Amino acid sequence: MNNEETKIANKYLTFVLATEEYAVDILRVQEIKGWNKPTPIPNTPEYLCGVINLRGTIVPIIDLRLRFGLERLPYGQMTVIVVVRVISGNKERIMGIVVDAVSDVYDINEADVKPTPEFGSVINIEFVKGLANVCEKMIIILEIDALLNSDELAIIEQSHH
Amino acid sequence: MTEVRQLFFEESFENLDMMESSLLDLEIGAVDKELINTIFRAAHSIKGGAGIFKFEHVINFAHTVETLLDELRNDQHIVTQHLIDLLLRGVDTLRALLKALQTGQEYNPEAVLVCQQEFTALLITPMSPPPEHAHPHPENTHAPVTAPEVIPVGWHIRFKPYPRLLQTGNDPINLFRALDALGELQICADSSQLPTFADLDFQNCYLSWDLLLTGAVEQTAITEIFEWVEGDCDLEMIPLDKESLAETRIVMDKALEASLAKLAKVPEKIISPAPSETPVNPKLSSIPIVNEVLEKPAHNEHLSSHINEASSIRVGIDKIDALINIVGELVITQSMLDQVGEDFNLARLEQLRSGLAQLERNTRELQESVMRIRMLPISYSFNRFPRLVHDLSTQLGKKVEIKLSGEQTELDKTVLEKMSDPLVHLVRNALDHGIEMPEQRRAAGKPETGILKLHAFHQGGNIMIQISDDGAGFNLERIQQKAIDKGLLHPDENPTVEQLYEFIFHPGFSTAQQVSDLSGRGVGMDVVRRNIRDLGGTIEIKSEIGKGSRFSIRLPLTLAILDGQLVRVGNRIYILSLLSIIESLRIQPNLLSVLAGKAEVYRVRDEYIPILRLYALFNIIPSTTQLEQGILVIVEGEGQKIGLFVDELLSQQQIVIKSLETNYKQIHGISGATILGDGSVALILDVAGLIRQFYSSNRVHTFSELSVGAMT
Repeated sequence: MNNEETKIANKYLTFVLATEEYAVDILRVQEIKGWNKPTPIPNTPEYLCGVINLRGTIVPIIDLRLRFGLERLPYGQMTVIVVVRVISGNKERIMGIVVDAVSDVYDINEADVKPTPEFGSVINIEFVKGLANVCEKMIIILEIDALLNSDELAIIEQSHH
Repeated sequence: MTEVRQLFFEESFENLDMMESSLLDLEIGAVDKELINTIFRAAHSIKGGAGIFKFEHVINFAHTVETLLDELRNDQHIVTQHLIDLLLRGVDTLRALLKALQTGQEYNPEAVLVCQQEFTALLITPMSPPPEHAHPHPENTHAPVTAPEVIPVGWHIRFKPYPRLLQTGNDPINLFRALDALGELQICADSSQLPTFADLDFQNCYLSWDLLLTGAVEQTAITEIFEWVEGDCDLEMIPLDKESLAETRIVMDKALEASLAKLAKVPEKIISPAPSETPVNPKLSSIPIVNEVLEKPAHNEHLSSHINEASSIRVGIDKIDALINIVGELVITQSMLDQVGEDFNLARLEQLRSGLAQLERNTRELQESVMRIRMLPISYSFNRFPRLVHDLSTQLGKKVEIKLSGEQTELDKTVLEKMSDPLVHLVRNALDHGIEMPEQRRAAGKPETGILKLHAFHQGGNIMIQISDDGAGFNLERIQQKAIDKGLLHPDENPTVEQLYEFIFHPGFSTAQQVSDLSGRGVGMDVVRRNIRDLGGTIEIKSEIGKGSRFSIRLPLTLAILDGQLVRVGNRIYILSLLSIIESLRIQPNLLSVLAGKAEVYRVRDEYIPILRLYALFNIIPSTTQLEQGILVIVEGEGQKIGLFVDELLSQQQIVIKSLETNYKQIHGISGATILGDGSVALILDVAGLIRQFYSSNRVHTFSELSVGAMT
């Protein structure tokens, strides 16, 4: 991100998962698409729904509910996949995350992002960049690189041995 | 400029390859003028190209090589082994030099010097400075004749380029930079010819320069610098003594001041984005700053050359023409379909059908032609072996003749690149272990000169590469003994020949009695096989003791597309490469047996084939767990056969392989994914991987099988 952009507020896309609202940097969001049944990959963790065809590229889909240990919701017409770009090592990968619903786009100032208290949410705090208050609501800002990246791949790596 | 640079490197490497192969063709004792000319020309082109970029080391070195070749051409030397070896080393040194320049790495100037000295030692004629020898042109036409023995204290150079100078790829800045290296340089530009901005053609050079070079510099050194712009400029070189030097300096200073004053009127804005070749910039009056300004683009150029290094490919014009033809046909088909669709009625159904059929044919042809662009003849890889064999056989004291055939067989560029190391390894092995010493060969009643054959050909949808030698062959007893020693084999076991060969690919396994420089450490064969496996290929060994051995490598034609067989397990669809399938059959219970109550095997003719229940390995719920109700697909990977138990066979189709790794990671037992007609993703099974997984996780396998058994 440029220095210029830190002066003005960053835009974040928020989505709902169970009772909470999460946000990701909108510049990381490639697109939002409806539910396509993914092709499951054998011997992978449950939260990895499988892979889909996104205009010719194979993109893995991760169910955030399962990733955060929440109860599974049946997939249907209302299920939404947010396609995001994550930096993994020196490579950029594209992944889809399944969320309950997309909520809004907010401007959040860097300065307004508060550090996470130890048990601020149901999810592991390593995935959380910080918390922000927008319109009297608390929004959890996700660290998507950490979320879908090293830990994610490492777990899958282990599951094979 | 970067592109030109890149082109120079590519060409130079090609020239070096040509030099190398021609050198290897040289016969000792004879002087083949044509060959030597070819080598000479290649060396000369490299020198010429290097001159453009001012790669001094390359120019010097290439020049030395060239001098030797010239002498050779003039019958001043006879071709000896030593001479050939030296020239080959020269080629290596040049290659290393160029490689270093290309990647921007440091090279070892000493090694170059040592090699160069060896050359110089051999020369009959004393070395003359490069330019005179290389381009025996008369003294510079515009230069007044000067007595060479009097070295003046300075030079006044009037450099008046023709407008086209820049178009020939020359940049005055480079010249000035080179001049500056010779002595103190003062530059004064004459911008009087500069047209108004509207009339300015950025490709033309409107400037001329007065240069004052202070220092005892030989005229040849200056001529050398201007060698490349010869014919594109008017050049006048006036030698100066102390007095005239001082005079000229005053004149120049004045001129400089005047032009600076003129420039001051021009708004700064216009100057700054002026094209780089207008050193009218006031900064130019002092050299140190000039250098700083000049270094920058050079630096960038360097960096970008690094990035641009991403490989390029040379495509024959015939391939491009074929492509254009097909695209033309495609357009015709499209317009025909358009017409049919305009006012469609059932009567035109037949027309639509034929149009679609034509479209399909066009698409397939287009696809094939595009794939063909990526195809390179295997000679790219084979051509390095004569040199390798030459060097190695000399080193080992063996006599080996190499025979290449089928070099024109084409295969995918990626495959070719990845195959190059395994091939080198196999050739080395064959030389080191396979072919015996001349005495041993004579004792065995074989000709002293061993023969190493590299053969490439198409077989089915595959490329076969065979590396065979008429050497000692594999000593199976020794392999068995070694395997027992290493604890890989139980002494009581009675392995088959294939199983014994299998040990050769075991990491750390070597039957060489002595570990040599080249091979015998047992590192490598496993890597060779892994590389081949990664490409979806297989390797087989055939050997007869005392007669020789043969490695056969089977590779897929291309990596991107394969003929696939769709199979269904439960509600999932997987794809198997048709090439890996031997047969598919329905299971007859009487041919089925269960070993030790766990492992199921199926008898097909005289073979027992282990059964892998795919659903169990992948944890899927299948339509049936009863073997009789499904299909057994017998597949082969790495010489092992296995029966995959699936629910149903579906259609066969050509599939485009997509990588899972791009956005995810590699999955065991799956080699990639593809997109089916309905847009959904299907996974491609990696047969060799499945077999490995099957054997390594047999415990898991039997466990899940038992649990399934309990369920049913």
